[in-house]
Amino acid sequence: MKILLTLGGALWRALLHTLPTLLGILLINFLLLQLAPGDAADVMAGESGSATQESLAALRSQFGLDQSIPMQLWHYLSNLAHFNLGYSPRYGASVQALIGQRLGTTLTLMLLALLFSLLLGIALGMLMARWQGRWPDRVLYVCSQFFYSVPGFWIGLMLIVVFSVKLGWLPTGGSGTIGADLHGWPALFDTLRFMALPASSLALIYIAIYARLTRASMLEAGAQDYVRTAEAKGLSPWAITFKHVLRNALLPITTMAGLHFGGMLGGAVVIETVFSLPGLGRLAYDAVMARDYNVLLGILLISSLLVIITNVLVDLLQTWLDPRIRSRR
Amino acid sequence: MSLTRRQLLVYAGATTTLLQLSPRFSFADEPPVRGGTLRMHIAIEPPILVNLTHTAGATVYIAAKVTEGLLTYDLDLNPRPQLATAWTVSDDGLEYTFSLREGVKWHDGQDFTADDVVFSLQTLKASNPRGRATFANVASVTAINPHLVQLTLSKPAPYLLKALAACESPIVARHVYGDARPETHANATAPIGTGPFVFKEWVRGSHVILERNPNYWDAPKPYLDRVIVRFIGDSAATVAALEAGEIDISTGGVPLSDIERIKGNPRLSVDDRGEPYVNSITRIEFNFDNAYLQKHEVRTAIAHAINLDFIRKTIFLGYGKPLYGPISPDMKNFYSPDLPRYAFDVAKANQLLDEAGLARDGNGVRFKLTLDPLPGPETYRRTADYIKQALAKVGILVTLRSQDFASYVKRVYTDRDFDFTLNGMSNLFDPTVGVQRLYWSKNFQPGVPFSNGAHYSNPKVDELLEAAAVETDVQKRFALFAQFQKQVVEDLPDLGVLTLVNPVVYDKRVKDFFVGAEGLGSNGAQIYIKG
Repeated sequence: MKILLTLGGALWRALLHTLPTLLGILLINFLLLQLAPGDAADVMAGESGSATQESLAALRSQFGLDQSIPMQLWHYLSNLAHFNLGYSPRYGASVQALIGQRLGTTLTLMLLALLFSLLLGIALGMLMARWQGRWPDRVLYVCSQFFYSVPGFWIGLMLIVVFSVKLGWLPTGGSGTIGADLHGWPALFDTLRFMALPASSLALIYIAIYARLTRASMLEAGAQDYVRTAEAKGLSPWAITFKHVLRNALLPITTMAGLHFGGMLGGAVVIETVFSLPGLGRLAYDAVMARDYNVLLGILLISSLLVIITNVLVDLLQTWLDPRIRSRR
Repeated sequence: MSLTRRQLLVYAGATTTLLQLSPRFSFADEPPVRGGTLRMHIAIEPPILVNLTHTAGATVYIAAKVTEGLLTYDLDLNPRPQLATAWTVSDDGLEYTFSLREGVKWHDGQDFTADDVVFSLQTLKASNPRGRATFANVASVTAINPHLVQLTLSKPAPYLLKALAACESPIVARHVYGDARPETHANATAPIGTGPFVFKEWVRGSHVILERNPNYWDAPKPYLDRVIVRFIGDSAATVAALEAGEIDISTGGVPLSDIERIKGNPRLSVDDRGEPYVNSITRIEFNFDNAYLQKHEVRTAIAHAINLDFIRKTIFLGYGKPLYGPISPDMKNFYSPDLPRYAFDVAKANQLLDEAGLARDGNGVRFKLTLDPLPGPETYRRTADYIKQALAKVGILVTLRSQDFASYVKRVYTDRDFDFTLNGMSNLFDPTVGVQRLYWSKNFQPGVPFSNGAHYSNPKVDELLEAAAVETDVQKRFALFAQFQKQVVEDLPDLGVLTLVNPVVYDKRVKDFFVGAEGLGSNGAQIYIKG
């Protein structure tokens, strides 16, 4: 009951903050997009290579581009008020359907990458803190510096060259075996096989960040009075590390991970392109190039919602990690 | 031609001599093999799968396999039967009849009849961006009986018989569309056709699956069980997928530099023929509204200052043919081989500019221009870099400007805020359809992409183009286009750079994928996998 109340309260607060934020995001995006030269009809007509004044006019009326900008905005918002993200004449499909097809891939990619980078990053950070200043610390430090500096797409390409082209262990791209129609465990295994390389390329930079962050926080927490007390109490080193030091060191890491979730959405565009994944990032990129604003606004809206939900979850996680946060409110 | 095709075609191809050495040309008497899956790659995902009310380049690779046309074409663009088994054209070129194939069924089991043809041609004329022009002279389309269609024209249209390929003028099922607006009908993304392959699924951003049509009219074709089309945009990822054996054939988008390396792969091979139905070219187009480029001497000087051979050999690695005029040398029925040429001659260019009274200032600069290359292909950017350097030698200071496709189209064709541009174009299957639009003064239409962007206007050229558009005599038509080419080369509204072909990388087990003018845009019934 108490947990439910906490959850409800957190959601309610988030909602209060986020509705105006969302509206602002939409308005700014809508107006910014108006500034981009060319419209969807220009792109469609350019793609066909053959167009006439009449075919352009027909395209503009299909896209609703023949209406004034305030009218277009009004139509968009009133659609949205009915939980309708609109229709894309370019794709001949509703925006909900387009995003729905892609959301799963991007979320899988991001969650896998986040999970992988957190687990590995924290583990490496603990190792580095344990042997601070000694050779494991130095080696890992240099490695993390390397992965932090190298662009994700390059790592992705190198992973493809090694694991797909040379060794032939993993597929070069795609999100699953096409036409295999798998279910249950084989489907999960198949997804993991296809996601292994993209998730790793997306995760590497974050592994580096979390490892260094964990190292610093562990060292800082380890120097606190309560750790000395715990040692004086005669607790085992394991209990001290996990129950006292790590638990406190996790707070900044969860904060960063929450922030990174939004960043990963951006990084996903590159990884999705390199690994030909049918994700949201590529859809957004295609929508920008095609000036398909209904699709783009839909994606921006869904992404904002995702970030907001993540923030709520991080808040809840931190409340659980450190009960003092709740009492402070 | 779309951005897609245009971009892809920039990765040019080689000469016919090479092609005859190509292994696929050894017509060994081996029977085709039934079965197997063809995994095909397309670089840029098309928005639709039927070119009915909209056309987009990459669509053709999928569309024609599901939805067929009245005719198909051999490598010399001679019409061959597809859904029409026989056809006649009256002597005055105003009456066409098509006998339709009997016993053909749509993928949903209904019979294919003349009504479908009438509906399709009328829709193409009303809503297809190119069909509006191609079928403009078609006054009526009538079903004489369920297997005979008659077209009556108000004026002759000598190109019409070439425009009936599946990828250009698809025949769709009237009963599927019903009374709905064809522009927004779902058949565009989940097509029902008469073709050798049945549409199964389209996962956007990933792939399209086509299954063998067991009731295909041309049994025992198709030989393949299944076609999987994968969309991979990144060129490095495409090469990796080819090398890892995850794709059997790419429809383009492999960088020229990788093509050379792939030739060393024992499993893969490269086919660099251009599709005779497409005929893409690269050109430098001058804006006649620019005070300097208006002057004939300036355009001539630029033509003399640019070493086109260098561009072809160094930037396009020798792929593509020199282009001396507005019509591609691959269009053998229209190309005029004895056009005047502008030799690479920097001294002459300087002399022409001096004579035009455009003296150099203290920094050696006569005047400044901005060049907008078509966004996308790397080869275009490099060519633009070269042009900048070449023109600096004659005292023209060039600034390069890059932008995305939509901005480019708006800048050049709507705002007309450009000096000169490097772009790609398709001459298509007939100059009236693919070339006229670029030089006809009545097609100077601000706001319309890939129209007469130069704002070129010469009454003599207009007259020649208009006469050729309705001339039914092949010899006379050729003569009209020869005069047109000569005049355009003299006036220099644009400078041809080279022809573009689309190097296709394929697994050597894939056979017979390029048997007609449509190339990879054919219906694919004859493709088989052996070994």
